[in-house]
Amino acid sequence: MLVGGLARLGLRAGPSPRDVPQNGATPPAAVPKGVDMPITINGQAVPIPVDVRTSLLDLLREQLHLSGTKKGCNQGACGACTVLVDGERILSCLALAAQYEGRSVVSIEGLTPDGELHPLQRAFINHDGYQCGYCTPGQICSAIGMADELRRGVPSAVTADLAATTMALTGDELRERMSGNLCRCGAHNGIVAAIAETFARTPAMAEAAE
Amino acid sequence: MTPLSFARAADTAAAIGLAGAPGARYLGGGTNLVDLMRETIERPQALVDVTGLGSAIEDQADGGLMIGAAARNTAIAEHRSVRTRYPALSRAILAGASGQIRNMATLGGNLMQRTRCTYFYDDAAGCNKRAPGAGCDAIDGFNRIHAILGASPACVATHPSDLCVALAALDAIVHVEGPAGARSLELVELHRLPGGRPDIETVLAPGELITAVELPALALAARSTYRKVRDRSSYAFALISVAAALEVAEDGTIGDVRLALGGVAHKPWRARMAEAALRGGPATRSSFLAAAEAELVDAAPLSHNGFKVELARRTIVAVLGELAGDAA
Repeated sequence: MLVGGLARLGLRAGPSPRDVPQNGATPPAAVPKGVDMPITINGQAVPIPVDVRTSLLDLLREQLHLSGTKKGCNQGACGACTVLVDGERILSCLALAAQYEGRSVVSIEGLTPDGELHPLQRAFINHDGYQCGYCTPGQICSAIGMADELRRGVPSAVTADLAATTMALTGDELRERMSGNLCRCGAHNGIVAAIAETFARTPAMAEAAE
Repeated sequence: MTPLSFARAADTAAAIGLAGAPGARYLGGGTNLVDLMRETIERPQALVDVTGLGSAIEDQADGGLMIGAAARNTAIAEHRSVRTRYPALSRAILAGASGQIRNMATLGGNLMQRTRCTYFYDDAAGCNKRAPGAGCDAIDGFNRIHAILGASPACVATHPSDLCVALAALDAIVHVEGPAGARSLELVELHRLPGGRPDIETVLAPGELITAVELPALALAARSTYRKVRDRSSYAFALISVAAALEVAEDGTIGDVRLALGGVAHKPWRARMAEAALRGGPATRSSFLAAAEAELVDAAPLSHNGFKVELARRTIVAVLGELAGDAA
C-alpha cells in the first residue's frame, strides 16, 4: 500500500531519537526499542514526522504519497480529508500527526485489499454518487464511520427520542449524519442513495430499521 | 518559523509542569487550535497534549454527573446518563459541528474555543482580540453574526459553543488545576465579557487546566432541551440558540426554570432576568414572552444583526412552550 520505502519518503531530515532504520526496505512492523510508537497507516507502521505541525493529511499525501485522501478546505469545513482512526471518522486536516502515535489509521486506500472495491464504493458507482470525484474518498470513509455510530446507537440532531437505543437510517438521519461532507458538484442525491442501499442491507442496520 | 515542541502529558501534574514552558498551550482534539495555528492567529511554542488525561463520565453519589475534560463530544452526547438526565447537553453537542469533528473535539477544548468572528480570522482587519489596540472592524462592518448583549466598544464577537450554552443552563461547575492548586468555579463565571480586554477570554490563570465539568443533581434537567437557529439546518454556527429546563407544577405555575442563550454574547449567556420573571408565574405564552422581553431589554443590536433580538424572543418563547407541553 505504501509506495516504496521510508527512505524515499523523506520523513526525517536528520538523526533523531525517534529514527528507525531507513534502508529503503518495507517499514518495520515492530517498533525498535527506545523509539516512539509509530502510527499504523493501512496496516503498516510509519514513524511520526519530525515537524510537529505536520497534519495527518499531509503525512498521508505529501510524505506517504497516499493521495486518495483529499485536501479541500484544509480548515475542517468540507470533510474531503475524512479518514478512520481506530474505526472512528475524523478530519485528517485538523489532526496533528504527532497526536496519533500508536493509533491505527485507515484511508480510502486501505479499506479493502488492493484491487477490490468496498461495497460502498460499488454503490457509489451504481448510483452516480459523484461527478468530479474530489469529495468521494471523504464521503466513503465518513459513511463507513457513520454506519458504525448508528450501529452503536449514537443519536443525532434529528433523532426525536434521545432515549432510544436504536435508530433507523431514515433519509433525514442519513443527511444530518453526513452533513460534514460537502459535494460542490451536487451529487448528494446519488451519495445518499448509495449509502442508504449499502447500509440498509447489513443485518445490524436492518434490525435498527425495524 | 516559530520553533514548536510537542509533548503528551501522562497526568495532570505533568501537564501543568509542561505548560510552564514559554509559549505553551494545552492541546485537546485540535479542531480549533490547529486551525488557528495554520492561520498564524495562534503561535504557540510548545504544545501539551492533554487528550490522554481524564475522560471518564461518571454518575456521582449525590445524583450529579462528573465528566472528564478529555471526554470527546460524541462520547458525552451518546452517554446514557446525559441523554436521559441532561438531554439539553446531548442535544447541544449534536447540534454542533459534524460527526467527524465531534469525534475529535474534547470537552475542555470546547470550553476554551475561540470566537468565529470573521474579522478575528482576517489578519488584514482590525481586531482587538487578535491584536490588542488595533480596533474592531466588526462594529462598523458586516456584523450580522455578532453580539447583541454584553458587548463593548472594543469587541462585539460571540462565543461559538453550543455545548457551553447547555452547561450554562444546567448550573455546571468547572474543575481546574494549576500551579497554585485546584479550584472550581461556575461555568457561567469561566468566560469574561470583552470590556476593554477582549483578548482575555476566561478567568483562568496562566497554566490552569480544566480537568472536569460537573453537572449537579438537578431534577428538572431531565426535562430540558436545546434549540439552535442557523442559516442552514446542519453544520453551521448558531445565530441564536436557547437551552432551557422547565418544571411546571400541577396548578400550571412554573416551579423552577433554567434558561441560557447562545449566539448573543462574548460568553454563554445565562438568562437570569428571564428566569426571575418566570418563577412562580403561569406557564403561558404571554409569561414566556414577558420573560424574553425582560432578558432582552438591554439588547444593543448593531447595523446588521437587529433580527437577532426578535429571533431570540421567538426562540425563547418556542422552546419554553415546547417544554411546557400541554401546560402552556
